[in-house]
Amino acid sequence: MTTIDVGVVPVPHREAPSRETYLNVAYTVKSWALTTDHKRIGILYLVTTTFALLLGGVFALVLRTEHLTPDQTIIDAYTYNRMFTMHGIVMVWLFMIPSIPTAFGNFLLPMMIGAKDVAFPRLNLASYYIYVAGVVWVIVALWMGGADTGWTFYAPYSAHSPSAVVPTVFGIFILGWSTIITGVNFIVTTHTMRAKGVTWFRMPLFVWAMYGVSIIQTLATPVLAISLLIVGIDHWFDWGLFDPHRGGDPVLYQHLFWFYSHPAVYIMILPAMGVISEVVPTFSHKNPASYKAIAYSTLGIAFVGFGTWGHHMFVAGISLFDAAAFGVLSMLVAIFSAIKVFTWVLTMRRGSVAVATPMIYFFAFLFLFVFGGMTGVAVATQSLDVHWHDTYFVVAHFHFIMVGGTLTAWLAALHYWFPKITGRMYPERWGIVAGTIVFAGFFMTFFPQFLLGNGGMARRYYYYDPVYQPLHVVSTVGAWLLGAAMLLTLCYLLVACFTGPPAGANPWDSRSYEWYTPSPPPKHNFPAEPVFELDPYDYTVPFPGELKAGGEQAPQEAPHA
Amino acid sequence: MNNLLRGLLNLPPQASTYAQDVDLLHYFVISATMLGALFVFLLAIYYLVRYRRRHPRPLTAQVSTAVPVEIAIIGGLLSLFLVFWVVGASQYNHMMTAPPDAIPIYVTAKQWMWKFSYPDGRASMDVLTVPVNRPVTLVMTSRDVIHSFYVPAFRMKHDVVPGRYYTAWFQANTPGTYAIECAEYCGVDHSRMIGHVQVLSQPDYGRWLDGQGVRTAEGFAGASATEGGDLAETGRAVASRNGCFNCHTLDGQPHIGPTWARLYDSQVTMNDGRVLVADEAYLTRSMMDPQVDLVAGYKGVMPTYRGILQEPEVAALVEFIKSLRSQPFQPVIRLPHVEPINSAQRQEPQP
Ligand code: HEC
Ligand SMILES: [Cu+2]
Ligand SMILES: [Cu+2]
Repeated sequence: MTTIDVGVVPVPHREAPSRETYLNVAYTVKSWALTTDHKRIGILYLVTTTFALLLGGVFALVLRTEHLTPDQTIIDAYTYNRMFTMHGIVMVWLFMIPSIPTAFGNFLLPMMIGAKDVAFPRLNLASYYIYVAGVVWVIVALWMGGADTGWTFYAPYSAHSPSAVVPTVFGIFILGWSTIITGVNFIVTTHTMRAKGVTWFRMPLFVWAMYGVSIIQTLATPVLAISLLIVGIDHWFDWGLFDPHRGGDPVLYQHLFWFYSHPAVYIMILPAMGVISEVVPTFSHKNPASYKAIAYSTLGIAFVGFGTWGHHMFVAGISLFDAAAFGVLSMLVAIFSAIKVFTWVLTMRRGSVAVATPMIYFFAFLFLFVFGGMTGVAVATQSLDVHWHDTYFVVAHFHFIMVGGTLTAWLAALHYWFPKITGRMYPERWGIVAGTIVFAGFFMTFFPQFLLGNGGMARRYYYYDPVYQPLHVVSTVGAWLLGAAMLLTLCYLLVACFTGPPAGANPWDSRSYEWYTPSPPPKHNFPAEPVFELDPYDYTVPFPGELKAGGEQAPQEAPHA
Repeated sequence: MNNLLRGLLNLPPQASTYAQDVDLLHYFVISATMLGALFVFLLAIYYLVRYRRRHPRPLTAQVSTAVPVEIAIIGGLLSLFLVFWVVGASQYNHMMTAPPDAIPIYVTAKQWMWKFSYPDGRASMDVLTVPVNRPVTLVMTSRDVIHSFYVPAFRMKHDVVPGRYYTAWFQANTPGTYAIECAEYCGVDHSRMIGHVQVLSQPDYGRWLDGQGVRTAEGFAGASATEGGDLAETGRAVASRNGCFNCHTLDGQPHIGPTWARLYDSQVTMNDGRVLVADEAYLTRSMMDPQVDLVAGYKGVMPTYRGILQEPEVAALVEFIKSLRSQPFQPVIRLPHVEPINSAQRQEPQP
C-alpha cells in the first residue's frame, strides 16, 4: 500500500471484506433505481450532476474557443447566443444549485446527525426523478435548438425570441419542484432526526449550511417557478403579462427574477461554505475559531440575502431611495461572508495543519472566493456598478464566486468524502497536481475578464472590438487548462473508485460524526444506535474509535500529543 | 497617478464630468478590497507554514477567537463598506439626476440600432452629436425589447425599456468620438448594436447646428437638418396643432387638464398620493401614457399621443413646457368649469 507523506496517514483497512455496506447489499439495477437509501440517492445525484457539469463545461469551452477571434471562429451568432444561454442554465440549475446539497447533502446530512435516513426517504427518491425529468426537458429543449435569451429570460425579449423558450423554462420549472422537495426534506430531517447528543449547536457546520440553504430554496424557488411559468405563457399564448405593449411591465419581471436569483447565489455558495467549514477544522485538527459565528452568519446570509436583489437593477430604472437601500443591504450581506472567511483562517491558528487535496482546494477557494467577494462589494457600490453592470467585470465576478467558490468546494468535498463514500483512498499526488492546475487554469480564464470589463467589453457579445483580443486569448487558453485539469480529476477518481487502497473508517482522524461509522457505511449508516459524546470538533482528546456492531468503539493507535 | 492606475486597470478615457470621480472611487475600492484579500491569503499561508502538521493524529487545545477580536473585525469591515456605500450612493444620485439646463435629446432604441432625435427636429441613426461642456439629457425608450445605452468613456449606462421613458445625462469634457454599446442582451445582433457619440467643440457644434456637416477625424457627417427656428416656438405650434390647448392653459388656470405654467421641475401629486417631479421623462410619459400617472384632482380623459407625435415634436413640446417654467400666473378671465366628457366619447385630438 502506498501512502504519500502529506501529514495524514490513512488507517489501513483492518476489516473482513465481507462486511455488508450500502454498496454491496445489492447489485441489481432495480436496487439502485428504486432505492430509498439517502446514500444511494446521493450517488445517483452525484453521477447526474457530474454529467450536467460535463455538458455545461463543453459549452463553456466552445464559447471560449469562439472568442479566440473577434469575428466568427467556429460558430455563428445565433448558435453562440443559444449556447451561452444553455451554458448558464445547465450550470446554474442542473449543476450548481443541486450539486452539493443533493449529492453530498443527501449522503452526509443524515449521517452527520446520527440518523438512519432523511425524514421522507420516498419523497427523496421522487425528488431525484423530478430532477431527472427536469434534466430531460432541458435536453429536449437543447435538441429543439435551445433558448437564446440568456439564463435570465428578460422580458419582453423572452416572449418574442425565435428560440425554444417554452421547453426550456418548463424544464427549469420542473427542476424547481425537486429543489423545493429536497429543501423541505432537509429542514424536517434536521429538526426531527438528530441522534442523542446532537444538539443544535453540536451539529457539524455542514448541516447548518444545508439547513440555511434549504430555507432559501423553499422560500425563493416558488417565485422563480411562477415567473418562469408566466414567461412560458407569454411566449406560447402571447398573453403579454410582461409585455409593455399590452400593459405588462418588463421591469416587474426583473424584480421577480432577481428576488429568486439573488438568493440563488447563496443557494449555490452556502453549501460550498459548509464544505469548507468541515475541511478546515479536520485538516487543521482544531475546533473552528468560532462555531457560532459560522452558524449564525449562515442564517444571516439566508435572511439578509432576500433583501438585496435590487443591486442587479441599479441601471434598470429604480428610484434613488431603492437603489440606496439595496446598496446598503448588499454591503451588509458581504459582512456575513467575511465573518466566515476570517473564522476559517483563524481556525488554522494553533492547529496542526496538514496538506492534502481538500486543503489545496480550500486555499484555491479562499483566494478565489475572497477575490470574487471583494469584487462583489465593488459592484455593489452603486456608482461603480453603472460602469460595470452587464460587462465582463460582472461575468468575472460571479464566475469567481460560482466556479472559484462552489466548484472548488465541490472538488474539495469530492476528495474529502471520497474515502467515506467509496471506502477507498484517491491518489493524493494526482489530487494535488490537478488541484493546482484547476486553480491556475481558473485564474487565467477569469482574471483577464475583469480587465475586459473595465475596458467596457459588454457581456453576451458575439463580435467584439479587436482591442480586446489579447485578453480574450489568454482567457480561452486558461479555460482549456481548466477543462484538462477537470478531465484529469475525473479519470483518477474513477480509477481510484475501483483500485484505491482501502481507507478505513476515519482516514483524516476527524471528529465529525460521519467518520464514526465504517467506510463505506452500512445500509443504515451506523452499525449500532450512535450516541455522540464528543463535540464534532473536539480535538483535545483522541478519536474514540469507529462504532462497531453492538455499540462498542474501537480506539485507534495512540495519538501524538 | 490617475493615468497610471487607469492604464493598469485598463479603463477607457475619462470623457465625462463624472468619469474621473467614479474612477477615483474605483481605485480606492479596488485597492482596499484587494489589499484586504491579499492580507487574508497571506495570513492563511503564514498559519499553514507556522502550524504545519508534525505528527500523524495530533491533539490540539481548544482555541476560539476572542469576542472583542470578532467585533473589531466586523466593525472595521462594516465601516469600510459603509464608506464605499456613502460615496458610491452620492455619486450615483448625482449621475442619475440630470441638471435642469441640460439639452434634451430623444433616444429610441430598436433591434439593432439607435435613433437620436434632436429638439430642432433633426434625427440621426447610430451617431449622437453633442457639444462639449454642456449637460445633455437623454430621454430614452425602446420600440421592442430592453436595450441598454452604454458609453464606457463616460462611465454612463442606463437601460432603455419599452413602454417607459427613462432619462440619463452626461456632460462630455473632451471633444472626440466615443463608442456607444448596447449592454442589455437584445437578440441575435446584440453585439452589433454599436453607435458613436460625437462630441464637438463649441464652434464645431455651432456649425453643426447651422446645418453644416462637420468633418471629424473619424469622418462622421452631421445629421440632416429639417426644421430650424426657436424650439419652444415650434413646441407651441405643435401644441396648438394637436389640440392640447383644448384642455391645458398657459396662464396658471386649471382647466380640463392642469396648467402648463410653472409645471416643469415642479412637484406634482398623483391621485394615488405619489409625488413626482415633472422632469422630461415625466412630461413625455404624460403624453404617451397619460393613464399611468394621473394628476390628483383630474380625470383620466387625456388621449394618448403615442404614434401621433413624432420624437422631435415631443422634444419641442417638452422644450415649450420648460419655457413656461417661470411663467407668471395671471388669472385674467376665469374659465368656465367644464365637465370632461366621459371616456366612451373620448375623441381624437383636433387636427
Ligand atoms: C381631452 C383633454 C386633453 C387634451 C386634448 C390634452 N390633455 Fe394633457 N391632460 C389632460 C388631463 C385631464 C390631464 C390630467 C390627468 C392626467 O394626468 O392624465 C392632463 C395632463 C397632462 C400633462 C401632465 C400635467 C401635470 O400637471 O402633471 C401633460 C404634460 C399633458 N397633459 C400634456 C398634453 C399635451 C402635450 C397635449 C397635446 C398634445 C395634451 N396634454 C392634450 C387632458 C388633456
Ligand atoms: Cu445579487
Ligand atoms: Cu442589446
